[in-house]
Amino acid sequence: MSASSAFNDEKGGSSSVGEPEYGHDPASGGIFSSDYKRHDDLKEMLDSNKDSLKLEAMKRIVAMIARGKNASDLFPAVVKNVACKNIEVKKLVYVYLVRYAEEQQDLALLSISTFQRGLKDPNQLIRASALRVLSSIRVTIIVPIMMLAIKEAASDMSPYVRKTAAHAIPKLYSLDPEQKDQLIEVIEKLLADKTTLVAGSVVMAFEEVCPERIDLIHKNYRKLCNLLIDVEEWGQVVIINMLTRYARTQFLNPNINESLLEEGGSGDKTFYGSDEDEDEDEEEKEKKAEVAAMAKRKPYVMDPDHRLLLRNTKPLLQSRNAAVVMAVAQLYFHLAPKAEVGVIAKALVRLLRSHSEVQYVVLQNVATMSIKRRGMFEPYLKSFYIRSTDPTQIKVLKLEVLTNLANETNISTILREFQTYIKSMDKDFVAATIQAIGRCATNISEVRDTCLNGLVQLLSNRDELVVAESVVVIKKLLQMQPEKHSDIIKHMAKLTDNIQVPMARASILWLIGEYCEHVPKIAPDVLRKMAKSFTNEEDIVKLQIINLAAKLYLTNSKQTKLLTQYVLNLAKYDQNYDIRDRARFIRQLIVPTEKSGALSKYAKKLFLALKPAPVLESPFKDRDHFQLGSLSHLLNAKAGGYQELPDWPEAAPDPSVRNVEVPEWTKCSSREKRKEKKVEKPFYTDSEGESGPTESADSESDSATGSESSSGSEESGSGSESEESKEASESEEEEEEEEEEEKKKKKKDLKKPVQESESEQSSEEEERKHQRKSKPRKSESESESDEDEESESESSQSESEDSESEAEVKKKKKLAESKPPPKPVKKESKKEKKEMSLLDLDDFEPAPSPQVTPVNTFLSNSLVTDLEGLSLSDSVLSPATIAPSSTLKSYELLHRITGEGLSVEYCFSRQPFSPDANMVAVQMQFTNNASSDTKNLHIEDVKLQSGMRVKEFPEIELLPAGETATAVMGIDFCDSTQAANFQLCTHTRKFFVSIQPPVGELMRPVFLTENEFKKEQGQLMGMNEITEKLTLDVKCRNEHTIVQRVTTAANLSRVPCGSDKECSPPLPPPDHPVHRFAGRTVTSGSLVLVTVATKEEGAAQLTVNCEKMVIGTMLVKDILQALTQ
Amino acid sequence: MIHSLFLINHLGDIFLEKHWKSVISRSVCDYFFEAREKAVDPENVPPVLQTPHHYLISIYRGKLFFLSVIQTEVPPLFVIEFLHRVADTFQDYFGECSESVITDNLVIVYELLEEMLDNGFPLATESNVLKEMIRPPNILRSVVNTLTGGSNVGETLPQGQLSNIPWRRAGVKYANNEAYFDVTEEIDAIVDKSGTTVSAEIQGVIEACVKLSGMPDLTMSFMNPRLLDDVSFHPCVRFRRWESERVLSFIPPDGNFTLMTYHISSQNLVAIPVYVKQSINFFEAGSCGRLDITIGPKQTMGKTVEDLKVTIHMPKAVLNANLTATQGNYTYDCTTKMLVWDIGKLNPQKLPNLRGSLSMQTGVPNPEENPSLNIDLKIQQLAISGLKVSRLDMYGEKYKPFKGVKYVTKAGKFQVRT
Repeated sequence: MSASSAFNDEKGGSSSVGEPEYGHDPASGGIFSSDYKRHDDLKEMLDSNKDSLKLEAMKRIVAMIARGKNASDLFPAVVKNVACKNIEVKKLVYVYLVRYAEEQQDLALLSISTFQRGLKDPNQLIRASALRVLSSIRVTIIVPIMMLAIKEAASDMSPYVRKTAAHAIPKLYSLDPEQKDQLIEVIEKLLADKTTLVAGSVVMAFEEVCPERIDLIHKNYRKLCNLLIDVEEWGQVVIINMLTRYARTQFLNPNINESLLEEGGSGDKTFYGSDEDEDEDEEEKEKKAEVAAMAKRKPYVMDPDHRLLLRNTKPLLQSRNAAVVMAVAQLYFHLAPKAEVGVIAKALVRLLRSHSEVQYVVLQNVATMSIKRRGMFEPYLKSFYIRSTDPTQIKVLKLEVLTNLANETNISTILREFQTYIKSMDKDFVAATIQAIGRCATNISEVRDTCLNGLVQLLSNRDELVVAESVVVIKKLLQMQPEKHSDIIKHMAKLTDNIQVPMARASILWLIGEYCEHVPKIAPDVLRKMAKSFTNEEDIVKLQIINLAAKLYLTNSKQTKLLTQYVLNLAKYDQNYDIRDRARFIRQLIVPTEKSGALSKYAKKLFLALKPAPVLESPFKDRDHFQLGSLSHLLNAKAGGYQELPDWPEAAPDPSVRNVEVPEWTKCSSREKRKEKKVEKPFYTDSEGESGPTESADSESDSATGSESSSGSEESGSGSESEESKEASESEEEEEEEEEEEKKKKKKDLKKPVQESESEQSSEEEERKHQRKSKPRKSESESESDEDEESESESSQSESEDSESEAEVKKKKKLAESKPPPKPVKKESKKEKKEMSLLDLDDFEPAPSPQVTPVNTFLSNSLVTDLEGLSLSDSVLSPATIAPSSTLKSYELLHRITGEGLSVEYCFSRQPFSPDANMVAVQMQFTNNASSDTKNLHIEDVKLQSGMRVKEFPEIELLPAGETATAVMGIDFCDSTQAANFQLCTHTRKFFVSIQPPVGELMRPVFLTENEFKKEQGQLMGMNEITEKLTLDVKCRNEHTIVQRVTTAANLSRVPCGSDKECSPPLPPPDHPVHRFAGRTVTSGSLVLVTVATKEEGAAQLTVNCEKMVIGTMLVKDILQALTQ
Repeated sequence: MIHSLFLINHLGDIFLEKHWKSVISRSVCDYFFEAREKAVDPENVPPVLQTPHHYLISIYRGKLFFLSVIQTEVPPLFVIEFLHRVADTFQDYFGECSESVITDNLVIVYELLEEMLDNGFPLATESNVLKEMIRPPNILRSVVNTLTGGSNVGETLPQGQLSNIPWRRAGVKYANNEAYFDVTEEIDAIVDKSGTTVSAEIQGVIEACVKLSGMPDLTMSFMNPRLLDDVSFHPCVRFRRWESERVLSFIPPDGNFTLMTYHISSQNLVAIPVYVKQSINFFEAGSCGRLDITIGPKQTMGKTVEDLKVTIHMPKAVLNANLTATQGNYTYDCTTKMLVWDIGKLNPQKLPNLRGSLSMQTGVPNPEENPSLNIDLKIQQLAISGLKVSRLDMYGEKYKPFKGVKYVTKAGKFQVRT
């Protein structure tokens, strides 16, 4: 075969020659003989000076490698070409080298000098690939050379080369573990690298070389958190997994104080650790000190760094990469407070649509999670329903999850699903379903009988496997309450004739033996049949026959004595020694002979002891001690290199280790820096500080061109990005010029108006950042609070992303943002005021700005309320409209003890809330019982159901000891009784509180005449009407108390009875008056009509007509209670 | 992390191996073959296997197994996701991912694998970056290369690798600037015997084909973004912007890519476009069965249902089917027991019906369960969730691009229980 013909049809040639070979086992030999000659022409081609020939030869060689054929004899010929100019030939030579260098170490050394030259090449791609190959050659002699090369590359200008250096570290480590110390130094250096390109790779190296050196992470923790979103996906997975472990060693368990957290601890903190902000760090330190001091009596306060991690990983749940989503999910599962873990469920359920392998892994993890946190996946129950087309392994896992999710409320739907599964053609799956039913039955006692009956029906199934599985499960269930089910045992006894599956037969025999008192007639008969077939049974069945015989002998020796002896004799000569042993042992125990020892007296106790019912447990129980998402978790066995997930520390280690001091070199002129950054970062929230000045010329221009054009595109589209970068650079500045604090402040104030007017598109995120930034200063100048609060309320409102309100919110935002120009002036003046400190009280003037803005926008709305209020108060006939405050029920928001002296009560004042008619006014009364003053009482971090809104009360600056203050806030509950959760903050503490309205407070009274009332009622019939019969309390049979009780329970106004007949002569009051009340729900304005018709003997009928059925039902309950107690 | 990769065809032949660390003998695959034997269907092979010294993580794609060998702890999804990315890359490069295509392009495949992983850790997985380093095969280029001695391998580091937007190549130029988006929604549903919906979800995906010069910055907004509460994005989408304004703002990769996927869960109301009336009975006597299926439109929003197809996996006992279809035609494969009824367009005036008898194996007990019906369908110009793109704006470039959005609804895992 000539060389030219061979390479001309390389494709055809290789496949035709290769085809018959690659299927074979390479060990079968005789393959290479035909190759041998071909190798000769390959050598020839490699030696030629034509690149195309060389390339062709290399291609064929690589194809051989790919098929797993030996090409090692070509090594000398190939290695000569390592210096070839043609880049493709070169690459293929590299491929060859890496594959065979280990086998031919001496020859491989010939190539080293080429790589060393390559390491100095001006082209970063060549430098990088030289390092890649050099580090991939597993030749021990060159370890020092590799070490040197890695060290050099670690400080290369190009981040790509640095990335390659990071990749090279684990390679060298696996070749020579002795180099560990030096490598750790390099890792430490690379960890400090600020480019996203390097971050993932170096953390990978860290994990492989020195995962125990958690101290190396401290200084880089915040940087890693902030870079995370921009790191490539694979790096993200590694970093997130590593940070999970880190967080477990450094922070406190957020679920220590579960009761408190459940109240509403789901909120994000207002205090975010944006890194490298010195001011903040100080405050943080203070905080930390406090925490440490009061650890014992204070509820848990999350470390801001902990929060930072949770906050920065959350957006990654939206990643397209399943591994990233899983990594974030496990991070939340292991680190987040209980209330927040729920967010991962949705993302995990989404992954279930992915490839079946992904499904398999995700379901395994969901199964583990659903045991610990069942509530999390309950809303997604239906997503785990099984399709007949799912692969069996997926079906079984889904079944597992469904079983874990079963509880009293959903068991009926789950069982209905199971019923369809039982009919499946996939018998393994049916068996798994039967077991699942068994588990549901043991866990939920309500359905035990139903399940048992269902399973008994399965006993007549045609498929033996199904019957057998049912028998096994029934056996387990019966053990729980055998007395009740002797008929089932009888039924099962009959089955012994038909069932052949050993496990099932054994189960039945055990059951009969165990409960032979319940089936005294049948049991000996079964034993008789079994004795007949004893020799043909499986071992497991034989053992149970012996068992049955022994038990019967003890309870009913008259009938079974001979049978037992017969069985024992048969067993004596069995082939299986286990059975022979058992027979001998039992004979000694139960058959009284003169020789038999003391034990036979206790035989009854031994055999007929009460056995505890088995606990049917999920195989996924307790698997969560493995880090979720890991290989070890999946296999439920520790895989090599698995890093144990540490337990939470008792007390938090010193958090200040994560503070980063500012390196000298960053103190370049800030202006220059800013400019640079602005150009450089269209996407990154963080600086590439280091790479900036040191980057090689080509790479810099690369990234610059990329970003410049995109940042040039900021019309309004990418406004937010530019904003972001500005923000980031600002924070940078802050750290640099900490000594020039004064200056900075001024600059900031000047900058603010511009920014704000621009930030039409800026995200809330930034707004918060803003807030944060102003926070440290707040402690010294409280006068800013109004501005602060405003932005807060805005963000909280815009959080409720209801489309209707969205537009409104936006409008408001715009208004708020176009307003600022006069603001800085005001602020300045206020600051001056503050200095005098005499005018403190001024700040108490009903904080104008937060109120003013909404009034503008809500003008029309509030007008309406005003008018309504007018008409209401005018009507003489509605005594309940303005309820005397004494009848208002007040609720406790914060107890004196949990609040450490501060107690808060709230009541629904039933006054229209003037800034927004759609809100319910909540009047709060703060009492300071402590000995010291409480300052800066305000609300933060409002957590609401979608659609709900809150208007906060103006901050209370000072609440002296022993004093009481009141404030009114407005909450739009969206006509639901969902609680509004928020944090009540003082200058030192934050309390999680929640306000949940009784349904009666979700409405406001309206005035209707009787005729109008009847007309409206006529339109709200059918589903919208709820009627309930009741017997009135003895004390409340007169008109006055009824009216009073109803109006206390709900904010309704009475419909004057007979008011339309005013002209006619007054009738004597009827014996059984009908009382009517009317109101509208606060948010949607739906009518709520209540009728109480009294009858003889205190009997009465309550009718509620309301478009909103939920409100109607709840209202009926409340009023019923009010009237009957 | 990933130690070695073996590609195995459905016959169990290893036709490619690649090692990123030291060489592992291919005998390690024997454990896999064992498991493969045990699982009857290739789908049922456990994706993760434990062997005495290694862990094997595999995926099954296009009748091929991608089997990776792992030695130490690594998140299994990491490997699975990567293997799928490898398969995607092959598909992207060669148009399909099959054994013949891979063996034909063995060298390019090898070079790709070399670039995608370094020491077992992913290096470059973005298709745009890879394409700059290793050019996809095409006839013209191979002719030119043989004439000029040029190569398939790029000489410079792709700029994407270094920039902040690694997914886009620099210096893109097109004569016709165009951006097309396909909104595809798939309905996953389980409908029970009585016709009530047990569960229904929508899986949506927006695929984009963007051929725009320079560095365009696109903003896509929706008429009803509230629908989308469970989404995942291509890395190019600015997440913050979505959070705050519910618009998609992104610098697109060049060419085809998946912009976002979304999931509308069973908690929402999902419209079911067709209803099915069916009765399948097996009779003990005479060993035969009867089948009668009618399909009609339910909630189609006034659009026609096309490409309607019903697939039934019959129980083993069914030997043959003797049916008549009023519309379309049916086939019954006796070996796989698959009954496929290809209907085509659904005519609301004259509902398609398939009825007739099934002949059963004698002496075998009747199947207890009726087989469930899998339905395929397609509705053009409709996203069943009601999602609509309201506008697409471009910033950063001067020219005016052609823009287009296409909607289509398909049946995903649409199953009717009987």
